Parts: sequence; structure tokens; C-alpha cells
Amino acid sequence: MLKVADSAVPVACWSCSVAHNESTLFCPHCSKIQPPPAGDYFSVFGLQPRFHLDLAALELEFHRLSRKLHPDRFARAQKNERQWSLAGTALLNDAYRTLKDPLRRTEYVLKIAGANASVPAAPAADPPSSAATNGKEKDRSRAPAGLLEKVFDLNLQLEEMRAASDMGKEDPALKEKLAAAKMKFDSLLGAVDRDLRVQWTAWDAGDAAARLLAQQAMVVLLERRRYLSNLVRDVSDILGA
Amino acid sequence: MAESRIVGIDLGTTNSLVAYMDGGTPIVIPGVDGSNLVPSVVALDPMPASGGRPTVTVGNSARKSLIDTPERVIYSVKRLMGRSLREVKKELKYFPFRLAGDIEAGEVPRIQLGEMRFTPPEISAYVLRQLKRNAERFFGAPIKQAVITVPAYFNDAQRQATKDAGRMAGLEVLRLVNEPTAAALAYGLDRAKEGTIAVYDLGGGTFDISILKLRNGIFEVQSTNGDTHLGGDDIDNLLVAVALDEIHSEHGVDLSAQPGAVQALRKAAIDAKIRLSTEPAAHFDIELFNGDRYQREIPRAVFDVLIEPILARTVGPCKQAMADAGITPDQIDEVVLVGGSTRIPAVRGLVDNLFRLTPRGKKPHTDLNPDEVVALGAAVQAGILAGASPVTEEMLLLDVTPLSLGIEQLGGTVARIIQRNSTIPASATEHFTTGVEGQTSVAIHVVQGERELACDCRSLARFDLKGIPPMAAGLPRIEVRFLIDADGILQVSAREQRSGQAAQIEVKPTYGLTDDQVENMILDSFDHAEEDFAKRLLIEARNEADTILAAVDRAPQNPAWNELSAEERALIATARAQLAAVIDGENLAAVSHAIAALDQATRHFAELMMDAAVSSAIRGKTMNQAGEKLSESVTAPHDFAPAEFK
Repeated sequence: MLKVADSAVPVACWSCSVAHNESTLFCPHCSKIQPPPAGDYFSVFGLQPRFHLDLAALELEFHRLSRKLHPDRFARAQKNERQWSLAGTALLNDAYRTLKDPLRRTEYVLKIAGANASVPAAPAADPPSSAATNGKEKDRSRAPAGLLEKVFDLNLQLEEMRAASDMGKEDPALKEKLAAAKMKFDSLLGAVDRDLRVQWTAWDAGDAAARLLAQQAMVVLLERRRYLSNLVRDVSDILGA
Repeated sequence: MAESRIVGIDLGTTNSLVAYMDGGTPIVIPGVDGSNLVPSVVALDPMPASGGRPTVTVGNSARKSLIDTPERVIYSVKRLMGRSLREVKKELKYFPFRLAGDIEAGEVPRIQLGEMRFTPPEISAYVLRQLKRNAERFFGAPIKQAVITVPAYFNDAQRQATKDAGRMAGLEVLRLVNEPTAAALAYGLDRAKEGTIAVYDLGGGTFDISILKLRNGIFEVQSTNGDTHLGGDDIDNLLVAVALDEIHSEHGVDLSAQPGAVQALRKAAIDAKIRLSTEPAAHFDIELFNGDRYQREIPRAVFDVLIEPILARTVGPCKQAMADAGITPDQIDEVVLVGGSTRIPAVRGLVDNLFRLTPRGKKPHTDLNPDEVVALGAAVQAGILAGASPVTEEMLLLDVTPLSLGIEQLGGTVARIIQRNSTIPASATEHFTTGVEGQTSVAIHVVQGERELACDCRSLARFDLKGIPPMAAGLPRIEVRFLIDADGILQVSAREQRSGQAAQIEVKPTYGLTDDQVENMILDSFDHAEEDFAKRLLIEARNEADTILAAVDRAPQNPAWNELSAEERALIATARAQLAAVIDGENLAAVSHAIAALDQATRHFAELMMDAAVSSAIRGKTMNQAGEKLSESVTAPHDFAPAEFK
């Protein structure tokens, strides 16, 4: 996989043979496209890993790099350049898609920082012809600490509501309760997001020890968030139906 | 050496077009008959008595065979592209085509056409070759590279089939572009606008909605959605079904098993549909074979009610696309209408309502011809790829994949690895291992779609990863890289990492045509030697000369002939004699000059005839260009399709 930016290794340009930094997309000497760099998603944009990002600047840089790197610019180039353009643009797009989204970005930084408790690595002992699950499946069995009671109530209400709608009945009082519960969980979600941002700041500004603490806090927060957003989605589905 | 041109092609369900960038302006290239649209209809001429292969004709001339020899004609083949046998069978309920009998499951279905059988990409290749020839005729030079448009909602197999068709037609397909995005390119060319655009594209057989953000010349698609089974065809089928039903109940005849009669009804239905876009009512009047007539007045209000369920199917995709882009209707700055079906007033009403246009004082963009706008956009993209023009230098299209890509897991659920609406190229890496001691191959089932269960998604391919070094079960670590390229087509590569040799694993997809099959279906020899090309131009020029000579010989029967002066008739006679003198020679330039001279000499006559024959006279056209009309008025066949080149 990708490794954290470590870009001091010089390599020779395939076209002009002048040595350059391996993390560059284009040769600084002859401007020719280079094989896709081996750094992380941040290094694609010339950035160090961090949580707070200037999204407007990120978009501008994404557009600037796309203009230079996109396969449309290499439609008639030789085969190796075409392949590098394709691979480089895929990397650029994957990087932009991950970094522009706060949640994906948070998970990604935690992953490259080695704190991927919430994102289990691909199981090595997969039976044939089945995919590696990659941690996207949510664990619904256990409510995070401090939410247990509220969630228990909500699940009861959800069950009642489902039963009622299966019978073709409407229960306005229950509906109101659910809507109120949804608002409560929405605000809990907002609180989690605020807490996450606090940890972002702590990580971005902190030393190694502070970062480790922030990472641990974020792993817990992300788990809580995932749980809450699943609940909110379930309630929205029921209310919308 | 100057590089050859790249043309832009709209390979449509109903009509196809080819266009190019003339400096900074995209222009549609007309065919021999002067028409910009080549109907996507392919017909097989009668088997030659001498044996060999029957000639294939394309376009207007093929359309004429629809009623006489329906079993030798195919249209709307785009709906069959990249589809499995099961899907094609379902599709054929609505079309009078027959599948070849002996197709095995997993094989690409073939359509029986007369005594021959063709895969859908082969049929499309004939259409593409016609467009290629039209362009070559226009430029007087070979065309080898093209951009071809596809519906945004086309899946991997449909895209691959389109690329295969290009290759069979002797075209290197440099890029597949999504149709709504192409339309946005055509519109975005002459306006340095910034903002959010929705493109609503209701064509002959497919519906697409795309939402784009335009900024600094970058067209970034935010989301796309659609239905590859929804379009004007459905409206035609509905009208035909209603007519068949009424004929059955009123006249006691069931015409549904008579392809010729169904085609006649279909033509009448299409005419009625088109009239209803501008008139309050349309009249059906068809003579049945027993002398009875089926007559029916269709007021627009009735038509609107009839088609409402079809149009309503476009609403869901539009709402989903807006949700995926994270926007509300009010945040859409412009709406662009594409596809012939958007001429229907009820469609415009629906769009206005959906995007709240009138309340916001807006109107949808319709200033470019909805039949041509996709081809024009394809030409713009061709210009971007050629990189030669300052007009397109700053433009770049960033498109997305319309469907999520996933892998079937144990239990039949889908693990999504690339989400829909991801900007392409996009990639994902997954790891696999073995379950049995010494296992050397692993199968991966890749699906496309949004459903939770693999069986509800479109099965894309089963990839066999072969050549894994034998190891204990669970020990190999096979890294599989999935990459969706800029054409929206999946590429899969794999490596075994544990053995330390990073062995390349062979990846074998199990769908569509193999490379060898495509190779065998290539219509013409791939590289046209220059002399071959010159020879073909000569043959085409001779055909054209034959057509115009035949028309001139029939000219005195036309009343307009009497209006010509004696000098004019003498000039025509001289030019005719000159052309007849060189037609069998080998000198292309001489034939071309003689054609041009005869064209010039007959210009006035053609105008007179046009004035007399058609109310919407086509001014300034020569006899040759007016061939289609001419042949109708003097009942001569117009040789639209150039001769087969052998």
C-alpha cells in the first residue's frame, strides 16, 4: 500500500536521465510525466498528513494537477506515458475523493498513522472466491458506552413502529416520539463531530505523544459516530416510509 | 507529418452522427444525401445470385427496407449492446428481431438477419463504418481515430461492446464520452460560465441525468443516474401496442404477427408522435390489407396521459442524482435538454417542474439541436484529445462512474470497493487468499450496481486469478488492483505478494467478446494502404456519378425541365457527356471534376424542382445534394450507401 511521505530518494528521469525527487509527478528538468509517486494521498498534493485542510485550496490544486495529468492530455502519447497518466490520475482522484471528505480523511489519517483499530485489515484467511471485507460492515451488536439506555428505548420504538406499519396502521404519537429521538441523536452526532474537530486540532499541532492520545480518542469517536449515523438512518427510513 | 483527424461520433439508438472540430467550432459532417443524421438501421441486401456475402446497407436506404423485407433489417441495436442472452431475450419482446438459435449461455448473443447472423457490436460496426466513410469522403483522407459517446448509465459490458464495435469498424476509439457530459461540453464551449448544470438526456432508447459543476474550464461531473431502458422507443412501442389492440377489437384482425404491418404502424406512430410536439392533435390513418382503414385522432391531451407513466420514470433518477450531488433543485443554475424526445411538450413541462425553472425565471437550454448536440460535444472532446486547438486547451472533462463496483462475498452479499459517482479514473486494492492446500487459482466475482445482494446487481465478470504459487491454505496474499479507466471500463491486475516474487497473476474476464473474436469480426482490412483508400474513393465517386447520371436522364420527365432555357439544357447535356466519358477511367480527379461540373449545371434545375416539389425548398442545393428528394419525385432509387469495397 501507500506509505507515509518519505521523499528523499532521488531517481533518474526515464526521459532526460536527470535525477529528481521520486515523489514528483513530472520531471522538474524536462517536464515529462513520471511513474506515479509512491507517497501517501497527502504527498500527491505536496502536503504533510493533517486533519484540518483548506478545501478550496485542495480543489484548486486538484484542478491544476488534473489539467496536467489527465489521460485526455496523453491520448496520443507513447504507451508508458499513457499508463502513467492513467495510474497517476487514478491516484490523484482517489486521493482527492478521500481527503475532501472529513470522515474519509479522518479514517485515512488514522490508517496511515497506524491507528486503524476501527478499520480492520483485510483478513488473510479468506476462503476462495470471496472478497476481503474491509471494515465497512458496521457492527450493530454493541452500543458504545453511555448510549446504551437511549438506544434501547429507541430500538423498542422502532420495533413498535415497524409492527404498526406492517399492520398498515399509523401511530402519530409514536411517530412524534421517533422524530424527537431522531433530533436527539442528530444533536449527539453533531457533538461527536465537534469532539472530532477538537482532536483534529490536537493532532495537527501536537507532538508524537499528543498525537497518540488524539488518535485513540478519534478511534472511539468514530466508532460512536458510525453507530449513531446508522441509527439516524434507520429512523429516517422508518419515518420516510 | 500532420497527425490524422480525430472525429467525434454519436452512436445513437435511432440516429448516429459524426462531427469534427473546424478550428474552434464543432461541425456535423453530412452524408452523401446531405443529411446530418444517419439512421442507426442496418439492412442486408438480397443474397447475390453468384453467391458470396450479401451487401450491407446502412442509414436511410436501409430504413426503406424495413417495410418490404423486415426480416433483413435491424434497428435500435444499441439496446442490445453488451447484454446477456437472458437480457436480450427480454428486450426482443418489443422488437421483431430473431435470435440465432444455437447460442450457448455465456456467449455473446447473435441476431439472425436473413441468412446471416451478427453480434450487436458487429451491427453497430456497420453504422460506425458508414460514419467513418462519410467523414473520409468529406475530408478526402483516411480517418483512424474517434471519440464515441455512450449513455452515462452504460455499464462496463455495454462500454466494452461499444469499443469493440469501433475496432471492428477500423477505428481506434481514443475515448468513450458520456452523452450528457458531451452535451455539456458543446454548450460550455461558447460561454465562459461557472455554475451547476443539469443535463436531462432522453434519447431514443436511453435516459441519462448528469449534474456537473463548471469551473475554470473544468467540467466536473458531480453525479449521474439514468435508465438504459427508457426512451422514445418506449413511446413508439406504446402507441403501436394501442393501435394493434384497437385494430384487433374494431376490425377483428391481429396484425401483431405480421412484421411488415407492425413496421407500417410503427412508422405512423413515430410520425404522430413527432407531429404532436408542435400540433394539438395527430391523425392516424392506415389502410389495412382487407381494404378497411384504421383511423384515429390523437389529441395531445390524450397522448400526454398515455405517456405519463413513461416520463414519470425519469423523475426518480433525477432526484437521486441531486441527492448524490448534495444539492437541491434551486441550486441548479442551468438545465440542458438533450435527445429528440425532449421536444415533447410534456417532457419540457416535467423538467420545468422538477427543477423549478419557471418559478425561478429560468428556461432550459435548447438552442443547440437536441439531435446534434451530443455529436458536437464528442467533436469538442476529440479536439481536447488532439490538443491542437487553443479553444479546447483550457477545457477538461472529469467524469464519474455511474455504478458502484463491488465484489461478491461469502453469503452472496456485495462488498463495495468503488462507490458510484467516483471521479474516473478511480482505483481500489483488495487482498485475497486461498482456502485449500496448494490452491493455484482463485475466482473473484465482480458486480456493478447498488443492491446489497450480488444476484441483484449486474454481474460484470468472474475473474480467474491463475498461477498462484502453491502454498498452505490462507498463506498467499494476492493483491488485486481494480482500476476504472477514463472510458469507464474496468481493468484488473493481480500480484501474489507472500512468495516474495510479486508474481503477475493472469486475469481472465469471462464476458463479452474475446480479442480474437473481435479481430475476426473486423469489417475492413485494418490499415488502409493509401492506394486502397484512393481506390475506394474512386469507387464511391463512380457510384455517385452513376446516381447523378441516372437522375439527369430522367430529368426531362419532370415538369421543371420545361422551365429551363435552351442554353441551360445544352450545358447540362455537355456536362453529362463529359462525366460519361470519364466515369470508367482510373482518374479520380477527373471523375470528381466532372461530377462537380454536372452538379453546377443542374443547380438551377434542382432549385426549380425543389420549389415545385417541396414547400420548404432547400435553396442552393444541387441536384446531387437534393438526391433524396429528387429520387422521391421522379421515383428513382437513390444510392445512398457507397458500394461495398472488396
